[in-house]
Amino acid sequence: MRTIEGKIVVLGSQGVGKTSMVVRYIGKMFSHHISPTIGASFFTCKINIDDTRVKLQVWDTAGQERFRSMAPMYYRNANAALLVFDITQYHTFTAIKNWVKELQRNVEEPMVLALVGNKTDLVNQRKVLREEAHQYAVSIGGTYFETSALHDEGIEEVFLNSAIGMIKLSEDSQCTSLRIYDSSEAGSPTAILQPPPPLSAAVQLDKGPSPGEQERVLGCC
Amino acid sequence: MASSKSEEDVDDKGENDEGKHPEGNLLNFEPEVPVESMLVPTDNFDSFEQEAPPDPATLQDDDNLVECQKIARNTSDENTEDPDKNGTSRSMSELSLVSVESSEPQQVDDEVSNNSEWRSQEKHIFILSSAGKPIYSRHGSEDKLVTLFGVMQALVSFIGDDGDTVRSIHAQGTLFVFLIKGPIILACVCKTRESVSQITVQLNYVYSQIVSVLTLEQLTRIYEQRRNYDLRRLLAGAERLVDHLLIALETQPALLLGAVQCLPLASTTRDTITSTIVSCCNKIKNLVFAILVGGNQLVTLIRMKKFFLHPADLHLILNLVNSSESFKAAESWTPICLPKFNSRGFLHAHVSYLAEDCQACLLLLTVDPDLFFPLSEAKQKIVEKLRRASLLQSINAALAHPGTPVSQLGVPEARHFLYKCKATAQFWGPVPAPPYQSSEGAKRLLDQYRVLHHRLHAPSQPLKLLYLQDHAETMLGWITTGFELYVAFEPLVTKANAISAVNKILRWIKKDENGLFITNAPTF
Repeated sequence: MRTIEGKIVVLGSQGVGKTSMVVRYIGKMFSHHISPTIGASFFTCKINIDDTRVKLQVWDTAGQERFRSMAPMYYRNANAALLVFDITQYHTFTAIKNWVKELQRNVEEPMVLALVGNKTDLVNQRKVLREEAHQYAVSIGGTYFETSALHDEGIEEVFLNSAIGMIKLSEDSQCTSLRIYDSSEAGSPTAILQPPPPLSAAVQLDKGPSPGEQERVLGCC
Repeated sequence: MASSKSEEDVDDKGENDEGKHPEGNLLNFEPEVPVESMLVPTDNFDSFEQEAPPDPATLQDDDNLVECQKIARNTSDENTEDPDKNGTSRSMSELSLVSVESSEPQQVDDEVSNNSEWRSQEKHIFILSSAGKPIYSRHGSEDKLVTLFGVMQALVSFIGDDGDTVRSIHAQGTLFVFLIKGPIILACVCKTRESVSQITVQLNYVYSQIVSVLTLEQLTRIYEQRRNYDLRRLLAGAERLVDHLLIALETQPALLLGAVQCLPLASTTRDTITSTIVSCCNKIKNLVFAILVGGNQLVTLIRMKKFFLHPADLHLILNLVNSSESFKAAESWTPICLPKFNSRGFLHAHVSYLAEDCQACLLLLTVDPDLFFPLSEAKQKIVEKLRRASLLQSINAALAHPGTPVSQLGVPEARHFLYKCKATAQFWGPVPAPPYQSSEGAKRLLDQYRVLHHRLHAPSQPLKLLYLQDHAETMLGWITTGFELYVAFEPLVTKANAISAVNKILRWIKKDENGLFITNAPTF
């Protein structure tokens, strides 16, 4: 089975529901008492699409301004970004534009961009029009989604889209930061966390195989 | 304050030598003093004013050790000066302000004039910039208190104009304490029984919390660039850390004592946990501290050989863990500045709970921002090994243990006590039993300890032994070279009984010393 291992970073202003979204997707739950993320949280998950397994390393970053300067540590070498805003707060949508500029400036490899308008459960307080967000997503070569972490709406699609996007990237010869390998044990246990590459070092494809997994590195260039 | 009780200083000049004591040789009760401690030994009035040690990255081998000793020395030096007596503190009359009310402008903030709940708060903490911009208020919204912040800024700068510094104002049972830290002013207005020096220590803690979030470098730079900066932008999400810290200051003796409590564990169990962590981490370079905490108590702490952790920094770490639910959801990679360790930069902390079924939190602190994955891997290994050795169960059992009540010690006269081992900066106390179980009772007890603590550590006249009797309880405080002991007795206890009870307590502590305290100082 072909396995793709990629890094996905979740960006956006404070309080837009980044952690709620990730926890909803990975932990299958919603907590009203979630405290602000400090720095970043790390999650892993796997998605099987046809005969490909996509392993996602999810970096859920803190939205507070004071962590802004640390963001490069998290988005460096990322293969996908979830740009999350709150549909009831227009300024959180504006903030996304700065994130996009920053990513375009600092990330050289192609990325899967997903623009996510969260909190559709508060649709009657909507300040960001779907059409406007959609147009912006298209303009940056991304896809627009609307979600509700509270009601668990639309979140599966966001992650699925990113996974599919990564599979496409893996067929693209430009992309060197994705880890692609064939794993012989089909349907191996869902135990998580193979030792992934260090955060900032450029990912080398010729890194040794992860322990416990028979691995063949396919040069994708 | 003191007039309401009859009191007697058994010994006020420090002449109490052990031989005088009814039970003879007390040296046996001195705690075991390790060759070195994992925590920097502290005196209680740690005023946080000393310089931070230099950047660990630039440190040569023994510099930090020297620094740490210097810190300890500075601290004790500072203790000898009395903030109340050195002329920088002014009374209300000197300032010719009859009362706060009269100094308020006609157009006062809504919160101040109309909100009786706000007015009736026993203790307020305010933080503002030296330009008078609101940063934080413990009660109410700081936005509604702009005028009040203006008054505070005016007071500080008025006195500052004379090249002097306002430290405290005493008026009609209300105490105003100020702490000026570079671009930041911290103020406390309270009607509690705390002393100026105790409140100054608390304000210093609050300041350290802010430094811990931003680093001193960032804080200084921001105000150098823009004196009028609204710091709330950068502190967004960190207010709860300050709130939580202030609640801990109000309710827990740990910060008063400048010590931490350890999770009681058999010393062999603790040693195995420690060696497990060491064995999984000793190949990792640049790992400075590994800290395992549970239930606000320290399970173990392992440090890089040349570095020490200050209890004040450990309190900030505990505060961070206790106030951040988000650590429970996933592994976190969190920047944290430990002001005593290095106020200029962040350490990177891998923070995670051991397992779903073991709610102890492991923090691996490093200077290397690229170490997340090696640390994450090490953590997995630690958990596996601990699980295989059934040590997770041991930790769980200790966490689930309701705590030892004082009745188990066989000293019926004593209602509660706190014992601090000075060399290791650790303390222990029994779980509160009636009459201290209610929140009011617990508060009164802590107030009593504060009074006792203040009298014993009064900078002008420190005491070694103090016996205070009032209608609710009899308090005894005793400081030796090795330990500090604070006991609350029945009000009618006799002196002889109290002394024999103290001996029983000390004997009991001595017997269990190895389980209650971490007496070694493990390193990687």
